[in-house]
Amino acid sequence: MAGPVSGQRAVMRRRQNAFRWAVVTVALLFFGAPLFGMLEFTTRDASGHRTAATWSQLADLGTISQRYPDLSAGLVASLWLAVLTVVMMLVLLVPTMTWVRLRLPGLSRTVEFLCLLPLTVPAIVLVVGLTPVYAWVTYLLNGSAVWLCFAYVVLVLPYAYRALDAGLRAIDVRTLSEAARSLGAGWGTVMARVILPNLRTAVLSAAFLTVALTLGEFTIANLFSRTNLQVAMYLLGKSDAQISVAVGLAALLFAIAILFAMSFVGGQRDTVSPLSRLRRHRQEPT
Amino acid sequence: MTTAPTTYAPTTSGGQRGVAVELTGLRRSYGPVRALDDLTLRLAPGELVALLGPSGCGKTTALRCLAGLEDPDGGRIEVDGKDLTRVPTNRRDLGMVFQAYSLFPHMTARQNVEFGLQLRRQPGERRRARAAAMLDLVGLSSQADRFAHQLSGGQQQRVALARALAIEPQVLLLDEPLSALDAKVRVQLRDEIRRIQLEVGTTTLFVTHDQEEALAVADRVGVMRSGRLEQIAAPQELYSRPVNDFVADFVGVTNRLPGHAHGHAAAVMDADVPLLSGSATSGAVTVLVRPEHLAVRPDAAGGAEVLSVSFLGAHARVVAQVTGGPKVFVQVPSRAVADFSPGQRVTVTPVGEPALAVAREEA
Amino acid sequence: MVPFFAYVTVFLLIPALVVVIGAFVSGGRPTLGNIRALGQPAVTSALWHSVVLSAVTAVVGAVLGAVLAYAVSTASPRGVLKRFLTSLCGVLAQFGGVTLAFAFLATFGATGFLTRALATVGVQSGGGLWLYEWDKGLMLVYLYFQVPLMLIVFLPAVEGLRPQWREATETLGGSTALYWRRVGGPILLPSFIGALLLLFTNAFSAYATAAALVSQGSPLLPLQIGGTFTSEVILGRENVGKAMALAMVVVVALVMTAYAVLDRRASRWLVR
Repeated sequence: MAGPVSGQRAVMRRRQNAFRWAVVTVALLFFGAPLFGMLEFTTRDASGHRTAATWSQLADLGTISQRYPDLSAGLVASLWLAVLTVVMMLVLLVPTMTWVRLRLPGLSRTVEFLCLLPLTVPAIVLVVGLTPVYAWVTYLLNGSAVWLCFAYVVLVLPYAYRALDAGLRAIDVRTLSEAARSLGAGWGTVMARVILPNLRTAVLSAAFLTVALTLGEFTIANLFSRTNLQVAMYLLGKSDAQISVAVGLAALLFAIAILFAMSFVGGQRDTVSPLSRLRRHRQEPT
Repeated sequence: MTTAPTTYAPTTSGGQRGVAVELTGLRRSYGPVRALDDLTLRLAPGELVALLGPSGCGKTTALRCLAGLEDPDGGRIEVDGKDLTRVPTNRRDLGMVFQAYSLFPHMTARQNVEFGLQLRRQPGERRRARAAAMLDLVGLSSQADRFAHQLSGGQQQRVALARALAIEPQVLLLDEPLSALDAKVRVQLRDEIRRIQLEVGTTTLFVTHDQEEALAVADRVGVMRSGRLEQIAAPQELYSRPVNDFVADFVGVTNRLPGHAHGHAAAVMDADVPLLSGSATSGAVTVLVRPEHLAVRPDAAGGAEVLSVSFLGAHARVVAQVTGGPKVFVQVPSRAVADFSPGQRVTVTPVGEPALAVAREEA
Repeated sequence: MVPFFAYVTVFLLIPALVVVIGAFVSGGRPTLGNIRALGQPAVTSALWHSVVLSAVTAVVGAVLGAVLAYAVSTASPRGVLKRFLTSLCGVLAQFGGVTLAFAFLATFGATGFLTRALATVGVQSGGGLWLYEWDKGLMLVYLYFQVPLMLIVFLPAVEGLRPQWREATETLGGSTALYWRRVGGPILLPSFIGALLLLFTNAFSAYATAAALVSQGSPLLPLQIGGTFTSEVILGRENVGKAMALAMVVVVALVMTAYAVLDRRASRWLVR
């Protein structure tokens, strides 16, 4: 018998691997260069030597808030904004979407349309339209940056809607709630003990998207002249660029790390085999 | 067995255009796992051979090696006397039907069937006629202009079959074509596959994990385990004369009864059972007895107690616990259902059909 | 139910009405003057620049992103490479604005490390001033979020290609090239065009990056709109801003509608 057959498939696979590594390497160089540029810039001193001064300063939160009060104020404002936006988004969307599925399926197109509408409204346009509304917000509340959360909820509406919709699609809300009600649960219990626990992953990813968008938002805050993290970084960038760039890089790396970690946690849906899905969805008319 | 296999006329005469297929000493490993361990298999011209086995037994690997979609580590693949081992898939002249989802979604059923003919540069007129004839053969003429997503799972598999056969391949490969379908459609389509295969006479390799399906359609069934062929035989022979307990267990339902072998027979439950060749001939053995080869009768002093009785249409099944022994399944005529009820004492005895005995490891 | 609709009315529908009505009102009186003002050279050239910038970065980003998506799709599905690249791109796709501008200044700016590295090998890149121009630097900067966005949007489509389609093509006698031309390519085309349109609107709507990078003039439509806020208010300029905003919404809405149509077709083909 002849030796091992070096087959067509092996050749094909080798070619595919080479192609993949070539493309990925080029992509990583392109994606990596500006990030490296930031790192290089923040570890440079006036005479061009390497120094970790900027980063050690960044690690020392006490001095930061003393020396760069605007930056820490912006950070605090952005964190508040993230929390408020997530809470408002969930309070507005989860009950509405669940209720529409359970009792008012006729409204589902309307809700979907409204939630996806902001996709066609660029942030800059939203600023134009929100100007009179925010005049009232300032009059009724005050001019604090945290009230930007009203605009941010609109901004994240499409993304949060999609994440939650995917979660609701994966479970049979109607059967679950009917089962719970038949066992004697009230609507409150149904929401808190049955629907929400099953939506955990969807709620988590909607919240993550919201936080990411909120922390990165610049347009609205800048044009309404309110200081959030991005605006503070922008303003500081004009006087002390290094610390500003360092904060930006740190935030970016943090976001990548979080998303990377989350990719190992989620994704139980993939374990549903394609076969069982096929059986469920294709009814034979015979 | 719940469904009697449909019997067909022997087919070797029907295959005017069938060719012989020979797999010799095929080997294939995935890391430490041997998917194919020196597999040798011959298909006569026009024959339909089913490869049967649990998942991971290597049956799909064998089919994919024959298709050229998988490289064997060693061995030889011959079709019609020509060595195809190193020939790429697209020059092997095969028709293949996949488990599911193989129709091109951007083409209609007709365009799917015509695709292979276009690649062979067949003129438009002939191509259309051929596609129409193939869709007619699978009974889908009226759905020719539908897209895959407008067809049911069963209809999609019919189109896939028409597409595979349209190019008049030398060999037809069926890779679990029915396993994604509902039970009723599965039975209907498997009979149809057999009818069409007999009509066109193409040599066919059919891979399945469903023993009933294999027994129903194949001229011969090969049972595989860990990359090896355990037994290959006509369905009736495989069922009545399994060569080992793996085959006996995998094909049909089997009772494992303790007995004592003495020569060409074994004493089982106070009766003598003739043993098939290949059986252990002495000492403590486990005798593999089919449910229809046991008899059960009410007997207040009997050595077994009825656990349950189930009516299955054409016949019925009594499950009984032998005191101090195994649980046994007995097939009885359906009118006998009324004679038994749970808790009743009965006597179970073999009727004396030949059975396989394997040496029993005493605890 | 009620809070949702009340909220959407106040913070989405009213602003929309403000823009639409404001575009046709000046000094409390209905007028077409704002719409006519869109014909001013500054506005038309800004619109033109925005369209060109968005179109070029959408096409280039879509092609590069599609190649990257295919390369990633051939990696093992639960492997670290794929997880890492999708997470990286997930962040970079949303990574606009200030940090992005900083990153490119630190790389290609006057003292950026690549500018210096190139200078040592004798290549002068003009002190990094090209970075601030909308048809040079800004295009490169926009690609930095367009390519990742393409990966995120297009990867599911590439992964929706079933191996059976390729294998069926092969058993029917087709080569790899033929597979891409007759099967893989046509199946992916609607998803590709849809993703390209999404990239277009993404670049077209982007304000923050350009605002952080371009400090002189307002070469892009979003910057023009932003300008109506920050500059000294010339009488009636505010409502011209609303007319520009309306024009922007019209463009984005048209493109998004086309996207929705294509996406529906693609999802029918690639049953997930």
